[in-house]
Amino acid sequence: MPQSILTLQNIHKSFDGATVLDGISLSVEAGQFVTLLGPSGCGKTTTLRIIAGLEQPDEGAVILGGADVTRLPPEKRAVNTVFQNYALFPHMNVHRNIAYSLRLRREKKDVIDKRVEELLSIVQLEGYGRRMPAQLSGGQRQRVAIARALACDPQLLLLDEPLGALDLQLRRQMQVELKALQQKLGITFIYITHDQEEALNMSDLIAVMNGGRFEQIGSPEDIYERPATRFAAQFIGQSNILEGTVKQAMEGRAQVELCPGNFVTVNGDFAPGERIALSVRAERIDYGNAAQYGFHLTGAIKLHSYIGGVLRTTITLPTGQELLITGANPVSTYPAGCTVQVFWDPAVAAVVERGRAQGAR
Amino acid sequence: MMKKNSWRSRLFVALVLLFNYLPIFIVVLYSFNASKYGNWAGLSLQWYEKLMGNAQILRSLKNSLLLAFSSCALSILIGTAGAVGMARSHFRTQNLLENVSMIPMMLPEIILGMAYLSFFSILKVSFGMVTLIIAHVTFCIPYIFINVQSRLAGLDPAYVEAARDLGASPTRAFWDVTLPLISPAITSGALLAFAMSMDDVVISFFVTGTTSNTLPLQVYSMLKMGVTPEVNALCTLMLLAVFAALGLYALLRRVLRKRA
Repeated sequence: MPQSILTLQNIHKSFDGATVLDGISLSVEAGQFVTLLGPSGCGKTTTLRIIAGLEQPDEGAVILGGADVTRLPPEKRAVNTVFQNYALFPHMNVHRNIAYSLRLRREKKDVIDKRVEELLSIVQLEGYGRRMPAQLSGGQRQRVAIARALACDPQLLLLDEPLGALDLQLRRQMQVELKALQQKLGITFIYITHDQEEALNMSDLIAVMNGGRFEQIGSPEDIYERPATRFAAQFIGQSNILEGTVKQAMEGRAQVELCPGNFVTVNGDFAPGERIALSVRAERIDYGNAAQYGFHLTGAIKLHSYIGGVLRTTITLPTGQELLITGANPVSTYPAGCTVQVFWDPAVAAVVERGRAQGAR
Repeated sequence: MMKKNSWRSRLFVALVLLFNYLPIFIVVLYSFNASKYGNWAGLSLQWYEKLMGNAQILRSLKNSLLLAFSSCALSILIGTAGAVGMARSHFRTQNLLENVSMIPMMLPEIILGMAYLSFFSILKVSFGMVTLIIAHVTFCIPYIFINVQSRLAGLDPAYVEAARDLGASPTRAFWDVTLPLISPAITSGALLAFAMSMDDVVISFFVTGTTSNTLPLQVYSMLKMGVTPEVNALCTLMLLAVFAALGLYALLRRVLRKRA
């Protein structure tokens, strides 16, 4: 079993009485690319600051490389941070910025110079050593910030929305570069973003955060295909949430009634009478007049809209709920107003809530 | 609309400038007058020559420089330390401290002067350079304090955090990062304080001793004998010094704004 390089144990933190982190725990293996994904205000930056030592948790422990560092100041931790706005020292040139941590360690000048050159070539900024931060573009500053944070070979690199200030094209390019850099260096990355595409694209492990808690921790595929909570389903991708009551439970399968007369088949073991909520991805739903998988709902097509690459269709169910469906075909054979059968493979639907009493929510 | 009124607004600006700078210009002009009396008798540097030969004036100039430099140095230390300390305190305390520290700037100088006079008398401190320095430090501190404090307030805390993250102790981060980033503010505050100290009459008048005449006090006492061209020459030199300090101040403000 690979060794855990970072463990967060039941971290609590509040500011002025407002709870920001409500008991989070996480274990990160060496060499992983871990992303904390969540909306602004969900506590992801605070989590990062606690790992860096810039903030003290009210409760809980931070274990780094087997040692408890909870009470250690940031300068004593083998962790470095790429700050959100890079925080390059404006009065130092690129070389001095990158060399700062090495100089604090009293390395010899030729050792420092060699290392800075090496780092500049890693981030593809050879020859930029004498520039001042103000003379660099956003993307270049970002590379300098990464080089500066890597200078002392940290066990863990923390990145706080490092691509947030860049335009979309540069973002995509930097995503690829960052991921390649992480694999090349073999350093563990803990990466913060509110951008689901970024998270899915780069991570080995995603921790979906909301309201100071982890909603779900898993691989990108897990998170996308098998969301564990309603929030995880809705924050990432386009999901349809359907609620119903289990009417008939069989071995590994159940008939769930959404409203009288409308049933869907759900995989899993349930008890009759149980309330459940299902998440089905918009691109996994099909419609037409030849339902497969042994069940279908009946709905009226309300609207088609072509959004480039995919056709987005809204279908109104008898329950009044609107389903959002995306299909690769830019033209639909069923015009708006048609009544169609709506169906999906029960294997692609994820149960995101169960056991709630009737009437809740 | 703008076009139509432009000659009028230009005239207005010209009048304001004339009103402000004509007296100064005349003093400067007359410092180069060859005649001792009000009539114009051609250019001459004789009054400057005479000034340089006046031991009393040179001594008071020396006093003034000593006073301005030492009170500036002391207020840099106190004002900067105060601003840095305040930036780390709770924001409610900050508001209170900020207002209290502004008071010496707002109070009429004559009240401050009287306060120092009675304070030093009660303590039985003999009047002289020491009392001058103490008094000047108190009214110089706010200029440094306010400048540094506003710079610190606008400083992204991420700079210091980045330094800490890279291995600097809090003290080291202060010297490597905070101080260089606030130093333009310290300098610009110090220049302003220097100018204020150099031309202070009222407060100095109350706390000076017999041997510690400052330049402005010297000018004041010379005026009792009437306005001589020598005074004009002295005023011109002081003006030059003050303008130089203010010019430097403006330049630094620009640098500061560019950095921020």
